[in-house]
Amino acid sequence: MLDKIGIAKRIAQELQNGWYVNLGIGIPTLVANYIPEGVDVEFQSENGILGMGPFPFDGEEDADLINAGKQTITALPGAVFFDSAMSFAMIRGQHVQLTVLGAMEVSQNGDIANWKIPGKMVKGMGGAMDLVASAENIIVAMMHTNRKGESKLLKKCSLPLTGVGCVKKIVTNLAVLEVTNKGFKLLERAPGVSVEEIQNATEGTLITEGDIPEMVL
Amino acid sequence: MNKTVNNVEEATAGIKDGMTLMLGGFGLCGIPENSISELVKLNVTGLTCIANNAGVDDFGLGLLLQKRQIKKMISSYVGENDEFERQMLSGELEVDLIPQGSLAERCRAGGAGIPAFFTPAGYGTEVAEGKEVREFNGKPHILELALTADFAIVKAWKGDTAGNLIFKGTARNFNPMMAMAGTITIAEVEELVEVGELNPNEIHTPGIFVQRIFQGSGYEKRIEQRTVRTKS
Repeated sequence: MLDKIGIAKRIAQELQNGWYVNLGIGIPTLVANYIPEGVDVEFQSENGILGMGPFPFDGEEDADLINAGKQTITALPGAVFFDSAMSFAMIRGQHVQLTVLGAMEVSQNGDIANWKIPGKMVKGMGGAMDLVASAENIIVAMMHTNRKGESKLLKKCSLPLTGVGCVKKIVTNLAVLEVTNKGFKLLERAPGVSVEEIQNATEGTLITEGDIPEMVL
Repeated sequence: MNKTVNNVEEATAGIKDGMTLMLGGFGLCGIPENSISELVKLNVTGLTCIANNAGVDDFGLGLLLQKRQIKKMISSYVGENDEFERQMLSGELEVDLIPQGSLAERCRAGGAGIPAFFTPAGYGTEVAEGKEVREFNGKPHILELALTADFAIVKAWKGDTAGNLIFKGTARNFNPMMAMAGTITIAEVEELVEVGELNPNEIHTPGIFVQRIFQGSGYEKRIEQRTVRTKS
């Protein structure tokens, strides 16, 4: 089974040379720490920076330099700042090649829910609806089950949707899955996790074809 | 053309109960701190505030929420404010949550004379309820309307007396679009200079969009999530 860092490491393997990438809040943010050697990518944060660097050293924080998670960051050489309309022009105009974000639920047709629990929690969608509606390549990073142990990979989402039919790939603590028109296709197992365990944690249709390899991290 | 006013009191003159205000900023980054404090003092109520976020409990727009000065918020993300969430869930506060890119573009459109536009963001979600849907290039889009405000209040790093503005880092965010969409736009700046001192090549917001400008003071610039790494 993977921890959050393991999920981030596995997603980092998906990065390709020359890509502009938007990382959501939480696990996705960690992906930036594990860029494979020789892969040149640039990170976009929707509040208005391309070329986002690591967290600043203690004492060098700048209140005017944050990411979309409101964390203090740094700007790499070649970075650029822009306004919110320009930022979402990059996103809506499909100039960003990969979006990685978290989710509360994903359905087997690629719907995603991650912004609201009616009557309990309303944080808002932030930039997530714009991102999922336009990105060609969306990877969801999340735990396979919620805190109550219930599956987050469903036949149909129960929570208000963020986007419809948009998720292509999911990396969880248990598996890597692809969204197909027949259901969640199991691509890889996390180290030490059996197909049966993944099946038991997946409420939606799980497609397993042949031997499912274990992830190599 | 001189847009300078002497202080925050003069800058905010004319803001009345029930008005619609736009306020720049992303989280607490790039918010008009001086003007928000003044709105608290003025005790104007029944406000509709268009701002990406609602501040935190004790800073930014959270200060106006605590005093129940806001009737309605139009925002994209409000997660860092317990009082906001409480007022919203109890129904005291009217809230219109909008995808962030649509919010930015609606402000831009409002300032640019474009009454509405189609976007794919929010299609198939509750954001699309009651909105016209149209297919372009085989993909469904929803119609979003432009936003304008009685007053837009923005914060810039530097400005000149003609209202030209330069922002710093990610404190730019919603400020330039909101500056365009206010009937009266107030700009508070950290440093106010004479015309000619800013390089015209480097100005982000042309002064044509700004009606009142003043140099603010005592910026707290609070950081919401202080994240650092240690030198190894």
